[in-house]
Amino acid sequence: MNVLTVRDARKRFGQVAALDGATFELRHGELLALLGPNGAGKTTLIRAITGRVRLDGGEIRLFDRVLGGSRTAPELGIVPQEIALYPLLTARENLHAFGGLHGLAGKELQQQVDWALERIGLLDRAAEIVKQFSGGMRRRLNIACGVLHRPRVVLLDEPTVGVDPQSRDRIYDMLADLAASGVSLLLTTHHLEEAEARCSRTVIIDHGKAIAAGTMSELVDQTVGRFRLVTLRLDAPLDAETALKVAGRSNGSAIEGDGHVLKARMQDVASELPPLLQCIRTAGRTVDDVEVRGPSLQSVFIHLTGRELRE
Amino acid sequence: MRTLMWVGWTNLRRDRVAQALTFLLPIVFFSIFATVFGGQGDAATARIRIAVVDDDRSEVSARLIEGLRNEKSLRTQTTSDASGTGAILDRAAAERLVREGDVPVAIVIPAGLGAAFSENGFAGGGPAVQLLSDVSDRIAPQVVLGLLQKVAMTAAPDLLMQGGMRQFEKHAGAMTPQQKAAVDEWLPRLKTQGQSNGAGGTAASAGAMPITVDVVDVMRTDNRRGSLISFYAAGIGVMFLLFSSVAGAGGALLDEAETGTLERLLSTNIGMTGILVGKWILLALIGCLQLTVMFLWGRVAFGLPLFSHLPGFAVMTLFTAAAAAALGLVLASLARSRAQLSGFSTILILTMSALGGSMFPRFLMSEGMQKVGLLTFNAWALDGYLKVFWRQAAIWQLWPQILVLVTLTGVFLSVARLLARRWEAA
Repeated sequence: MNVLTVRDARKRFGQVAALDGATFELRHGELLALLGPNGAGKTTLIRAITGRVRLDGGEIRLFDRVLGGSRTAPELGIVPQEIALYPLLTARENLHAFGGLHGLAGKELQQQVDWALERIGLLDRAAEIVKQFSGGMRRRLNIACGVLHRPRVVLLDEPTVGVDPQSRDRIYDMLADLAASGVSLLLTTHHLEEAEARCSRTVIIDHGKAIAAGTMSELVDQTVGRFRLVTLRLDAPLDAETALKVAGRSNGSAIEGDGHVLKARMQDVASELPPLLQCIRTAGRTVDDVEVRGPSLQSVFIHLTGRELRE
Repeated sequence: MRTLMWVGWTNLRRDRVAQALTFLLPIVFFSIFATVFGGQGDAATARIRIAVVDDDRSEVSARLIEGLRNEKSLRTQTTSDASGTGAILDRAAAERLVREGDVPVAIVIPAGLGAAFSENGFAGGGPAVQLLSDVSDRIAPQVVLGLLQKVAMTAAPDLLMQGGMRQFEKHAGAMTPQQKAAVDEWLPRLKTQGQSNGAGGTAASAGAMPITVDVVDVMRTDNRRGSLISFYAAGIGVMFLLFSSVAGAGGALLDEAETGTLERLLSTNIGMTGILVGKWILLALIGCLQLTVMFLWGRVAFGLPLFSHLPGFAVMTLFTAAAAAALGLVLASLARSRAQLSGFSTILILTMSALGGSMFPRFLMSEGMQKVGLLTFNAWALDGYLKVFWRQAAIWQLWPQILVLVTLTGVFLSVARLLARRWEAA
C-alpha cells in the first residue's frame, strides 16, 4: 500500500529546474532511499512534501490526501539535514520541547522521551547539554526529535552526514526498528553503500527526475543485468596472442594497466572462470589474485547517468 | 601586501552593511548632532513656545503681548489652542499646558500691572508677573525671562516715559507748560518707535527693570533630581531595549532558520503565527525585566523615585517592551543573515535614539527636528516616561503614548508576519 505518492512534481527556482517531473511512491513500512548527487532535487522534494516548497506542477498525496498549503501534515515526522536542536538545552529538554510542540503532554510525553532516549542510547547522558555531545550523538538525538510523536511517515534529509560508522549503524538500526513497527521512512542520501545495504528500495533521482526505482535486484535487472565482474591479477603481462585467446573465452574481457590485470564480465562465474584460468595457465602465467564483484548501485548509477555519483 | 589590500577592498565593495556602517552612519550622526547643536545653519536657537495669560487687560499688557509676539525666538499663544482658536487662557489653563508639557513656560500678567507701569515707569513696584515654568527644560525659562524684561523696556516706551514724567513731577516739581507741550509732542513719536522696534529693539537699560517677575516651578516635584534621573534611565533603557530586542529576535528567528530548528518548529502544530507570537511575548517579558532592572538600579544608586511611580512605570514599560520586541521581529524577518541584521539595526537604532531623545532631550532640538523625532519609537516611549516621573501624570493621561505604542506594535507584528512568509514556503 502506498502511503506517499509523488506524481510529476515540478519546481523551478528562476532558470533552474529543481524538480522536473519527479514521480515515485513510498510504501507502508518501508525504508526508501532517495539517492542522487548534490543538486539532484532531493532536498527540494522533501521540502515540497513538508509544505516548505510550493510545487509549480504535479501533486503529492499522503494517505490519498493531496497535500497543499504551508502547514506540514500531522502524520509526518521531519528530520532536517542540519542538527536542528537547541544546543544549550539538555537532550531530555530538547525532546520535551519538540514533543510538547507536537502536542504530546504529561505521562505520554514522559514515556515517549524515555523511549526515544533509550532507542538512541542516550539515556545515561539525558541531563547533559547538547553542545557537549559528539556529532554522532547529536545526529541520533536529531532523529529522535523527529520521530518522538509517533509519525506514520518520517522524512529524513541526509540523516548520517558527518557521522562515524558506529553511529551510522546505530542510526540505521533505529530506522529499521521504526520500519518494522509500521512506520514508513523516506531518506535522502548520496551514500550508495547505505542505500544498497540498509534500504528496502531505492529511488535514483537526477536533474529533478526519478530515473529509476526498485529494490537492488530490480534496479540491477532493469539496468546493468546480473553480470559479475571478475578481475584477475597475473604474475607477468600476457602476450598479444594469448590475450586474443583469452578474449575469445570470456565475454567483454579487457587487459588493463601494463598487462598484469585482466577483467572479464561473466554471467555464470562457476562455469566460465575455470576455462579462463586454464587458458592462462597454458600460456605460462600464474594468477596471483582473483576478485569477483557483483553488480552494485554504483554500477547502476553509472549505467543510468553515465557518471559517478559524486561528480 | 597588494593582494591583501585588494581582497579587503573587494570585500568592502561587496558588503553593503559594512559600507553603510563605514560611510553612512557617521554622516547621519554628524548631521543629527550638527542640526541640534549647530543651530541649523542661519537660524538661531529653536523657537520657544510660551502661553500668556492677560489678567490685566490694559494697554500695557496688550503692548507686552504684542512685543512677545514680535519676538522671533518665541511662539506666543494666548488661547488654549496654539493655532489661536479656543478659549482665552486663564492661569489654571496655562499651568495645565506647562504641566502637560505643551509649553515649557507660561507668563501670567497680573491685574494692576498696567496701572502701576504707567504710574511708576522705570521705578516698577507693581504686582509681579508670574513665570510658570517646567524646570526639566532649564534653558527656556531663562530665555523667556530675559526677553520679557527686554519687551517691557521696549514695547511701550511712551507709556514708560509717561510714568517716568509723573515720577519726575512727583519728586522734582511740576513741569512748565512749554515742557509739557514738548513731551506731549514727543510721546507719539516714541510710541511709533516702540512699535517699530519690535523684535529688533534693544534693551534700554540693564539697570532698573519696570516689572518684577516671580518664577514658579509648576511641577513641584518632591524629588527633582530623581525624576530627572528617571528621564535618562528611560532614554538609555529604551535604546538598549531596542538593541537587546533585535539581538533576541535575531537569535529567535535567524539562528533558528540557520540551524534548522525553525524548519522543525514549522512542522509542528504551532505554525508561523504561533512561533512569532511566542517569540514576541518572550522578548517583551525580557524587555520588561531589563527595564525593571535598570530602574531598580537607578532607585538604589541614584534615588530614582521608582516605587512612588510604580503603576505608571509598569504601564509604560509593558507597552514599550512590547513595541520594541515587535520591532525586533520586523528587523529579524527582514534581514537575510545575522551580520546583515546587526549592521542594519545598529544604524537604525542609533539614528532613532538620536532623533527620538535617547541621547539628548528633544526639547533641545529645533521644532522641525522634534517633529521628525515623533516618527521614532523612542520619542513616544520617552514622552510617556517623562509624563510618569516628571509630570506626575495619571495613567489615563498616558493614552496618546500608549495608543501610538500599541499601534506600532500591531503594525510591526503584521509586517513581521508578512515578511516571515519567506520561511514558510518558497
